[in-house]
Amino acid sequence: MVWKNYSKEGTVGVIGIGSFGVAVANLLAEKNPVLVYARSPEVVGEINSRHEARGRKLDERIIATNDPEMICDRCQTLFPMISSNGFQEVIALFSPFLHPYHFMIHGTKGLVLNLPEGKTLSDVNRITRENICTMSELILQETVVRRVGCLAGPNLAKELAQRQPAATVVASRFNEVILEGQRLLRSDNFQVYGNSDIIGVELSGVLKNIIAIAAGALSGLGLGENAKGLLVSRGMVELIYLGNALGGSTKSFVGLAGIGDLVTTCNSTLSRNYTVGFRLAKGEKLDSIIADMEEIAEGINTVKLIRKFLDSTDLRAPITENLYKVLFEDFKVEHALQFLMKYPFNVDIDFL
Amino acid sequence: MTDDYIKHQYAPILPRKDEWPVVKLSKNRKAFIQQVVQESVERILHFTGQQTDLLKEELETTLYRERMRIKQNPWLVDPDDEREFWSTVKSSLLAINAENHEIDNEKKAVYVELLKSIITRYVEEIAGNFKHSHYKLTRSIATYGFSRLLNTARVKGFKSFFSNQYSLQDKIQIIGETDQLRDLASKGTIVMVPTHFSNLDSILIGWTISTLGLPPFIYGAGLNLFNIQIFAYFMNALGAYKVDRRKKNLIYLETLKAYSKEAIQFGCHSLFFPGGTRSRSGMIEARLKLGLLSTAVEAQRSNYENGIRGVDGKVFIVPVAINYHFVLEAPSLIKEHLDITGQERYYKEMDEFSPSYKISKFLVKFFTKGSDISVSIGKAMDIMGNYVDEEGNSRDRHGRVIDCMDYFMSKGKVTVDHQREEEYTKALGERIVEEFHKINRVFSSHLVAYTAFQMIQKANKKLDLFNLLKIPEEDIYLEYDAFKAKCQEVLDRLKELSEVGKVHIAPHLKMDMEEIIAHGLDNVGMYHAKRPLVRNEKGEIVTQDTSLLYFYHNRLEGYGLEKLF
Repeated sequence: MVWKNYSKEGTVGVIGIGSFGVAVANLLAEKNPVLVYARSPEVVGEINSRHEARGRKLDERIIATNDPEMICDRCQTLFPMISSNGFQEVIALFSPFLHPYHFMIHGTKGLVLNLPEGKTLSDVNRITRENICTMSELILQETVVRRVGCLAGPNLAKELAQRQPAATVVASRFNEVILEGQRLLRSDNFQVYGNSDIIGVELSGVLKNIIAIAAGALSGLGLGENAKGLLVSRGMVELIYLGNALGGSTKSFVGLAGIGDLVTTCNSTLSRNYTVGFRLAKGEKLDSIIADMEEIAEGINTVKLIRKFLDSTDLRAPITENLYKVLFEDFKVEHALQFLMKYPFNVDIDFL
Repeated sequence: MTDDYIKHQYAPILPRKDEWPVVKLSKNRKAFIQQVVQESVERILHFTGQQTDLLKEELETTLYRERMRIKQNPWLVDPDDEREFWSTVKSSLLAINAENHEIDNEKKAVYVELLKSIITRYVEEIAGNFKHSHYKLTRSIATYGFSRLLNTARVKGFKSFFSNQYSLQDKIQIIGETDQLRDLASKGTIVMVPTHFSNLDSILIGWTISTLGLPPFIYGAGLNLFNIQIFAYFMNALGAYKVDRRKKNLIYLETLKAYSKEAIQFGCHSLFFPGGTRSRSGMIEARLKLGLLSTAVEAQRSNYENGIRGVDGKVFIVPVAINYHFVLEAPSLIKEHLDITGQERYYKEMDEFSPSYKISKFLVKFFTKGSDISVSIGKAMDIMGNYVDEEGNSRDRHGRVIDCMDYFMSKGKVTVDHQREEEYTKALGERIVEEFHKINRVFSSHLVAYTAFQMIQKANKKLDLFNLLKIPEEDIYLEYDAFKAKCQEVLDRLKELSEVGKVHIAPHLKMDMEEIIAHGLDNVGMYHAKRPLVRNEKGEIVTQDTSLLYFYHNRLEGYGLEKLF
C-alpha cells in the first residue's frame, strides 16, 4: 500500500492555487508539509523555484506538482480550492486516483448544474433540486470519497495573507473530518468551528454571494449605511428561505458561514462579488467587468442558477430576481432598487 | 436484469448440511450465545461509560417498561416465568440500593452482573433453534403440498393429483441476479434486504432461498408470528430468530443488534426486512430502519479489524423486491396507515394477523386460481452501496476496483468510529431504497390501480386525501375510454423508465391495452370482499373500496408519474 510510505510525513494536498488556495495552503503549511496541484507547468515551476504563485507569496514548505496521481498517493487529506466552473473537470481528472480512505475538504462557494448528458441550462425549462449540486454532492457523485467536508466563513484571502485574526467553519457529516480540519488549520490567529450541516454551510457560502453583488451595487449608487443594513437583513431572510428550500438548516445560516460571511462580504471592497455590483451600478456592462477580473465572481453563476430554480418552486426571492434582471436583461440598478423598495416585505422576521 | 423469467433448477451450493453456516451456528449455540452476551454487555457499557448511575438508570427503565408490557400487552408466546424473573430483577435492584457499597467499583460490578443476567435471558429468547430435520420436513411439506394443490387445480383428469406439470416456480417467479447471488453466497456473507408487504413474505423468501439452492438464511421474525402455531413451526425450521417489537428498551435493542452482528461475522447469511415492518401504505419503503442494517456495516468493519480482508469476510447486500397482485392484509394495513397519518393518535402495536384458517383459505385460493407473485433479486452491493463483480470486488461507478476496507481507514489503519458508521448506514439505506425502485416489477394491477386513483384524485382536486377517501364509492366512476388512454400514457412513461433501468415491467404488460386492463382488473386485490377496482355493467371503471384502491395505487409512488395527471 502506497500510503504507508508517506503517511509519516502527514503531507496535506491542496488542489488549485488561486487566491483562496494560496491562503489555505499557507495556513496548512504552518503545521504540515503541503503539496499543491496546479495545472499549468509554469505555475508549478514558479512555486518550486521562487515560492510564489502568480505573484502571491507561498510558504517554503509548499511544493507543487501537476501530477494528480502523485498528490493522491502522497496525501490522505485533500483541499480542493477550485472555482465552481472548473470543479467538475478537475474532480474527473482526480477521480481515478482517489480512494475511499481520502478525506476531501473543499473551499468552493459555488454550485454546479447537474443535467442529463448533452443538455445545457438554456435547453431546459425548469430545474429542480436534483439538478443543482453543491460541491460536496459533486464529489460524492463523481468519486469514491465519502468523507467530505467544506470550508466556509468570512475568509478574505488578502486578510488571511496578512495573518489577521479570523475564523472559519469546517462542515462535514463526519466528526472525524471536522476534527481533522481543525487539527490541520487551527492556529493562534485562526479559529476553526465545526458544523455537521454541510449542505447548510455550503449554501451559506454560495447564496451570500448574491447579496454581496447587491451590496456592491448599493455602494456604487452612492447609498449609505442605512440602505446597507436594510439589504443585509432582507438578504438574510431571502438567503434563509432559499437555503431551506435547497436543504440547509436555518441554524447554519445564522452562523459564522452565514451571517458572518455575509456581513464581511457586503462591506468589503476586496470581495469580487461586491466589485461586480459596484461596477454595474457605475454603469459598466457585465461582459467588460468579467473580462478584466482575474478570477470568476461566483455570484454571477449562482444568480443564474437560482433564478431558474425559482421557476419550479412557489418561492419568491425578490433580490435574486431583480439582480438577475440587472445582470442579464439590461435592467437599470436604480429601477431594481425602486422595485425592491415597493416590495411588500411586511413581516420583519418570520423564520425563527 | 432480465424481465423474462426462466424456470430453472438450481443445485444446492453447499450439498453437505454440515457446511451450512446456520448448522454450524446451532452446533456452537452455547458458545455463540456467550459471545453475543459479551458483545451486548460491552455495548451497553459503552453507552453508559464509567457512570454507574447511568447504568442503574438504564436497568430501572428497562425493568419499568418490561413490567408495563407484561401488564398491558401480554402475548400467548410469552414465557410463563416472565413475571417471576422481573420480580427478581426488581428485588436485586432494591437490594443493591439498600446495601451500602463503599466502593463504586463494587457497586458497578453488581449492576453489571444484573445486566448480564437480563441480556442472557434476552439472547436465549432471541436465538433461533434451527433443526435440520425440521427444515427438511418443512421444505418438503411445503413444496409437495403446494405442488399437489397447484396441479390438482390446473391439470384436469384422474391423474391430476400426481401430475408434476406445474411446480411452485410457475406461480412464484424468481427473476434477476440469481446466479450472482448463488456465486457470492459461496464466497462471502449475504445480507438480503427485501421489501415487505405481507406476512407471507417470510415464507416466500424462505422458499425462494431454498429453491435457489442456498443454505438457509437466519432472519429476525416478529415474535407475534410465533403466536400462530403453523407459522411458529415454519419459522423455527427456517432459522428465524425472534424479534419482539414490544420491547423498545435500550438493552433489548442493543442485544438484538449484537446478535445480528455476531451472526453475520460468523458467516451466517442473514435476512432483514429493512422497512422494519410491513409497508402499511402499500408504498415501496422510502425510509428504512437503520438499526439492523447498521449491524451489517459493523460486522464488515469488525472483519477488517480482525484482519479478514478477503472475499470470505465480505458482506454483500442484496436487495429483493417482492411483487403481488394481491396482499392478504391490505385492508387492515391501509386502515392503520390512514389512522396513523390521519390523526396523531396513540397507536398500539397489535397482533392483528388473521387466524390460521383465513390463511389456509387464501393458500387454497392462491394455488387453485392464480395470481402470480414475482421475486426480483437485485444486484449485490458492498456495505457502501457499490455494486460488486462476480469475484465479489467492489466497483466504483466508473468500473474501477476499490478496496472496501479503505472506507474504515484513517491515518493508515482500520479505526472504529460509530458516528462514521452511522453515516455509512444512512447512505446504505438510501442506496437500498434506490435499488428497490429499480428492481421493482410493475404488474398490470399496479398500473390500473395507480391510473384509476390518480384520475379520481385529479377529478376531485379540491379535496385532501382524507376527504377524498370519504366520498361514497357509488359516486365514483371513470369512463372506460378516458381510463384506457391514461393507462396507455402511464405505461408509456413506465416503459421509458424501464429502458433506462429505473424500473422493471412484467412480461404480461406486453399485451395490448384492452387485455392489460382486463388482466389488471381481474387481478388487483382479487380476493378481497370488496374489490378495489372493477368494471360495471355500463362498462365504467368503479371502485368498491377507495382506501384499498389507494393502497394498491401506492405501489407506483416515487416514480414521478403523478406529473402525467
